[in-house]
Amino acid sequence: MTQVKMTVNGKPASGEVEGRTLLASFLRENLNLTGTHVGCDTSQCGACVVHVDGEAVKACTMLAVEAEGADVKTIEAMANADGSLSVIQQAFQDHHGLQCGFCTPGMVMSASALLKDNPKPTEDEVRHYLDGNICRCTGYHNIVKAIMAASGQDVSALAAE
Amino acid sequence: MPKDGGIGASSKRREDVRFLTGEGNYTDDINLNGQAYVFFLRSDIAHGTLNSVDTSAAEAMPGVVKIFTGADFEAVGSIPCGWQVTDKHGEAMQEPRHPVLAHGKVRHVGEPIAAVVAESLGEARDAAEAIEVDISELPAVVDMKEAVKDGAPKVHDDLTSNLCYDWGFVEENKGAVDQAFKDAAHVTTLELVNNRLVANPMEPRVAVGDYARGTGDHTLYTTSQNPHVIRLLMGAFVLGIPEHKLRVVAPDVGGGFGTKIFHYQEEAFCTFAAKACNRPVKWTSSRSEAFMSDAHGRDHVTKIQMALDADNNFTALRTDTYANMGAYLSTFAPSVPTWLHGTLMAGNYKTPLIYVNVKAVFTNTVPVDAYRGAGRPEATYQLERLVDKCAHELGVDPIALRRQNFITEFPYATPVAVEYDTGDYVATMDKLEEISDMAGFNARRAASEAKGKLRGFGVNCYIEACGIAPSNLVGQLGARAGLYESATVRVNATGGLVVMTGSHSHGQGHETAFPQVIAEMIGIPEEMVEIVHGDTANTPMGMGTYGSRSLAVGGSAMVRATEKIIAKAKKIASHLLEASEGDIELKDGAFSVAGTDKSVAWGDVTLAAYVPHNYPLEDIEPGLEETAFYDPANFTYPSGAYACEVELDPETGQVTIERFAAADDFGNIVNPMIVTGQVHGGLAQGIGQALMENCTYDSDGQLLSASYMDYAIPRASDLPFYTVDHSCQTPCTHNPLGVKGCGEAGAIGSPPAVVNAVLDAMRSGGKDVGHIDMPVTPARVWAAMNG
Repeated sequence: MTQVKMTVNGKPASGEVEGRTLLASFLRENLNLTGTHVGCDTSQCGACVVHVDGEAVKACTMLAVEAEGADVKTIEAMANADGSLSVIQQAFQDHHGLQCGFCTPGMVMSASALLKDNPKPTEDEVRHYLDGNICRCTGYHNIVKAIMAASGQDVSALAAE
Repeated sequence: MPKDGGIGASSKRREDVRFLTGEGNYTDDINLNGQAYVFFLRSDIAHGTLNSVDTSAAEAMPGVVKIFTGADFEAVGSIPCGWQVTDKHGEAMQEPRHPVLAHGKVRHVGEPIAAVVAESLGEARDAAEAIEVDISELPAVVDMKEAVKDGAPKVHDDLTSNLCYDWGFVEENKGAVDQAFKDAAHVTTLELVNNRLVANPMEPRVAVGDYARGTGDHTLYTTSQNPHVIRLLMGAFVLGIPEHKLRVVAPDVGGGFGTKIFHYQEEAFCTFAAKACNRPVKWTSSRSEAFMSDAHGRDHVTKIQMALDADNNFTALRTDTYANMGAYLSTFAPSVPTWLHGTLMAGNYKTPLIYVNVKAVFTNTVPVDAYRGAGRPEATYQLERLVDKCAHELGVDPIALRRQNFITEFPYATPVAVEYDTGDYVATMDKLEEISDMAGFNARRAASEAKGKLRGFGVNCYIEACGIAPSNLVGQLGARAGLYESATVRVNATGGLVVMTGSHSHGQGHETAFPQVIAEMIGIPEEMVEIVHGDTANTPMGMGTYGSRSLAVGGSAMVRATEKIIAKAKKIASHLLEASEGDIELKDGAFSVAGTDKSVAWGDVTLAAYVPHNYPLEDIEPGLEETAFYDPANFTYPSGAYACEVELDPETGQVTIERFAAADDFGNIVNPMIVTGQVHGGLAQGIGQALMENCTYDSDGQLLSASYMDYAIPRASDLPFYTVDHSCQTPCTHNPLGVKGCGEAGAIGSPPAVVNAVLDAMRSGGKDVGHIDMPVTPARVWAAMNG
């Protein structure tokens, strides 16, 4: 067992892990941050996306020991300080960008990383950026719409319903 | 004007807040004190004699609590099948034993052979590697037509063959149907495959068993669409635990799509092992395990024929299908190719004579059961591909041929035993032509061709049957369950309500939509209503959520219970207002005496019910809580028309979906935003089936598509924005809300439109191949174009 220390959601976090323990498992099992989900075992689905030192990372592709000393942010820290939904989270609710909610934390973390680098993405850019995030409920329509809306773009004309 | 509350409002979903902030409570988020972890050792051989399972070395490994094998479950019941189909000779289907852990033989890759319970998942997995399994491999049967030949290896040695049943529907019509084909002016024949799929809800299955030795109470936390059904099946038929000593909880569930309806071995194992180990036992499926242990969907091989007269009227239809059951009968597997499939073969058309034959076949593959649509997509695909083929053979417009043969008068009794109560297929087709901008297609095709691409337009219609019922009828058809739904409505003293529903929400938004109905009935804000679901300890016995039944059946139960609440509240109000009960009206959350200005607020009446000082105690009991069980008189029949527009690259065979339009008739609608989202999700799964998804085995029964590396699941860049309309509304005539169900339509209605569009694009490039099987991959398109 190895001792790891990192900063998670602005607070110091540490624990005993095996060498093979994934960051996703450390967050879920050791820190009880169960908002980070695990939907596959081949790094395809993106339900486990978190931010490590400001970059979107699939927490199932990284060992906990690799995050030694890192600054990790999870879905639990994405809302505003007063507990209200952030702009991206609010856009997901407003545009019905989630159904079962299982892929949602990863979607929000990926969307947040996208908008940091590309504040006004096109539809095509959003869709391609989400290639590493699988959603089985929404057909992506409302996720793409929500992310574009969160970037301040007018989505009212997108695909009449 | 959009409404801002009640029925018809696009109320934002209240469940979203916890899901968006990481505060959902999914089964894998549950960790109990002292829990141990399970790892299942699964067969990597499709078919073999299980000679021995030696666990002695594994038992000495660090952290191992206990190791179980099939021998530990000899006294335990078989995983039950919930539907018995009677074949065309009047004989019951062949029904094999389905053990919790393999015993004697292994019958598919992924079948659990042994289970290690250990202090950690890593230790359980390590110990499983030390188990020595001796299997003598036997020839596997994978292809259904090979499996039913004389001399084929038998999946189950104690059955007479691999044929589960040979079903004829309606058997008495067969002679008349055959005669109609002899008399036909034209016959169109189509052979096709409905590809095997894996449902793939994003949350893998999880089971946590718990046992309290002090009380003898069992609890199972599980990823289920129907916890009461699991409690009954597992308790009564597998483990022999009476319902009052068994609680099943399905908390937030991350999607189901059918595959979480069924009772699985892992649930029974964790419940059993928690008692045997006297500590909580948790199993979390990996995605790789999910591919080889979640029930699969579809997998039909069909030959279908249409007979037409000289005026292009459909005169008869006959279809022969081989339906894969896999190695064992999953919970509702036998019903899918029969009563959920044969009964839909009339589709939207007034074909007077229909005969359906289905041969259900055991193979050395994962069990196959209901997946979004369940039988109805298979019916729609073959019929709507066939109608398109008819039109092209006859040289007539595919839409015109459909319109000519539409059912236009309702109610309509089909020749396949069901009666459609309402519908307007002309209206949805008119709407489709409008929203798909058919008029602009030629210009878009020209633009594609200018880029060296081909462009195709395909349509299809669909009919579906939701809320399967009534119970006495489905009992005659072989269901071993009732198909009612339940609701208890509890009014609190200060006026808020809690609805305990037997329906289960795993993405459908019941927590938002159900309160909209009650808010409308009473005239109070939606926020005053809370929904409780998913726990057998605090909900009445209910059948759960599948088959697009929640609002039509569960919502109807809730309406009935609320009607009882209102009737009792009116009695209390009449006492408080000193007026005749018949003069009391409920509007906007207040009871008033008709024709007067006397009124009493909802909250005053509910308070009186629980503080009955001024109360008619001689006439009615205190309190305000009612339960209703609702058993529908008939299925509901949503319908619609879909159009797909594709672009095809003749150089590579790559097909892209450029536009997709869906015009649906779901009857009345409670929350249009949620309904639209349900259609979007269904379309993505239907397009996924048509273009990408394929669960494949090699001839030895090895699963070739066992991860997201090999099973192509649609990503955001594979799909377009959809155009969805549900303004055509013919309300259901026999449920109190007039609703029909919308959860499966998108998956049912979309695959034929995609394939019809691809074939149209190929024809425009000078290649008329008649048919191409799903998934329409670039390799298949390129081969067809260049064949």
